[in-house]
Amino acid sequence: MKKRYLSGTIIKYVSLILGAAVAIIPILVVLFAAFKTGTEYTATGPLTPPSDWTNIENFKRAFVEGNMLTGFKNTMIILIISIIGTTLIGSMVAFVLNRFKFRGSKLILGGFLLATLIPGVTTQVATFQIVNALGLFNTMWAAIVLYLGTDIIAIYIFLQFMNSISVSLDESAMLDGASYFTIYRKIILPLLAPAIVTVIIVKGINVYNDFYTPFLYMPKTDLHVISTALFKFKGPYGSEWEVISAGIMLAIIPTFIAFISLQRYIYNGLTSGSVK
Amino acid sequence: MFSKLSYKSQRIVIIVSFLIVPLTLLATFSFLPVANMFWYSFTDWNGFSEKEFLGLENYKTVFTDPEYFRVFTVSLYYFFGTFVQMALALYFATILSFKVRYKNFFKGAIFFPYLLNGVAIGFMFLLFFRPDGGLDTVMQFLGLGDFTLYWLGNPDVINISLAGTSVWRYMGFNFIIFLGAISSISGEIYEAAEIDGANRFQQFLYIIMPSIRIIISLNLILAISGALSAFEIPYIMTGGSNGSATFVIQTVDTAFKYGKIGLASAMAVILLFIVIIVTVLQRRFFGEED
Repeated sequence: MKKRYLSGTIIKYVSLILGAAVAIIPILVVLFAAFKTGTEYTATGPLTPPSDWTNIENFKRAFVEGNMLTGFKNTMIILIISIIGTTLIGSMVAFVLNRFKFRGSKLILGGFLLATLIPGVTTQVATFQIVNALGLFNTMWAAIVLYLGTDIIAIYIFLQFMNSISVSLDESAMLDGASYFTIYRKIILPLLAPAIVTVIIVKGINVYNDFYTPFLYMPKTDLHVISTALFKFKGPYGSEWEVISAGIMLAIIPTFIAFISLQRYIYNGLTSGSVK
Repeated sequence: MFSKLSYKSQRIVIIVSFLIVPLTLLATFSFLPVANMFWYSFTDWNGFSEKEFLGLENYKTVFTDPEYFRVFTVSLYYFFGTFVQMALALYFATILSFKVRYKNFFKGAIFFPYLLNGVAIGFMFLLFFRPDGGLDTVMQFLGLGDFTLYWLGNPDVINISLAGTSVWRYMGFNFIIFLGAISSISGEIYEAAEIDGANRFQQFLYIIMPSIRIIISLNLILAISGALSAFEIPYIMTGGSNGSATFVIQTVDTAFKYGKIGLASAMAVILLFIVIIVTVLQRRFFGEED
């Protein structure tokens, strides 16, 4: 009995260590390379730590020459507008569909549901023509409008959460003469706060990491986001892997900080956001 | 002023005003593209020309010209990768839902790749797969130096490397979802099972699996349609060269590089149909008891 448990424990820990190693080693290789000088990179193995951890020359070059500053700025702007927009749109739709039953409300819900089945990349061929016709090509609004109009997971998160907000709260507010708008603004929206955190996390991950939307719709250099600015490294720095590595690290660091400080919210957010 | 209205008229105002913007966005950017795509797929449009109606010509091209249809075999690598991904996620979620030392560290390490930027991951693995790069070094260290390959240079291996990268990227997502689902199973059930003499594997088979079946099937749908529409990792890493072009890469190139919007639309319609069929089949098989 004891013996069986022991070998089970060994297998358990060996597999966990293996899993963690597979996850970490590729990142470690990049981290090491980012601090190496050009000659050092060629001369040393990928898993040899850099000789000088204070050598931030590659980071400087990636940041300045690689247009990463613009990337961060644009990503932040798009991220903030998308998150505010998604929260408003999602909570408004959820409020109306959850609180009022009217002719067509089922149909509208079905419409939003159906849209989640459409895989985003496939329809870009036709979406492109629409974005172009609206004059949004090569503007930030292309990305913003697509993030608001096609990624509708927020509506589900809010709809699900609305079920737990008792209608009696609305009713007692109505006795005090509150308008429906006041009920939405002063009662529902504040109570949706935990769901809003979830939406911020899910949306934040999607927007920060998205590649094809900015790549297709915002090719102009001034409009580069993190993904597209980094993607541009491939050409000019083709062989300078230490500079590319620094660029990769610059893209990863904000994610790492967010992960360490918001761990619990991220786990909960993804778990509750995925159960449709 | 709004509050002076009767609740009945307020209701109408709020329904209309709260839905108009979201519905416009939904119609313009989710449904109109699909409708247009169907229409384009029957024409020879190149983005500028007059659209000439071709009937099913584009579809015939996609299905008969091996250059277009062959790429579906590439999807198979990602498709199999999906099952590896699910199995690993389920395995790690199960062991980490019991008592484990340094649980938070392992949980974090296994999950973290999912949060990373796709371009960062693509470049990271370009570096990792280089000759004498990270992977080769690890293999030499383990005494497997003779088995190193040109991970991205050999057309027979490239898709395995890319699908592997994709598994690396997305496994953490399924893992964390499964972990959440497993942790919602009450601990008393395990205790009762243990008293009855059930071992860990039996507990997994008869307690955990049935309780999270629906979550698994949902994740499988997402992962399979993800595999069929694999794009980012191979596009960023190889641009589709060396036999690594997936169907979506082919579609995007056909549309944006060669300007064959009509043909590309037909390809996109086919993919859309396949994804919808897979989703419906999945729901049939797994969702019948809901």
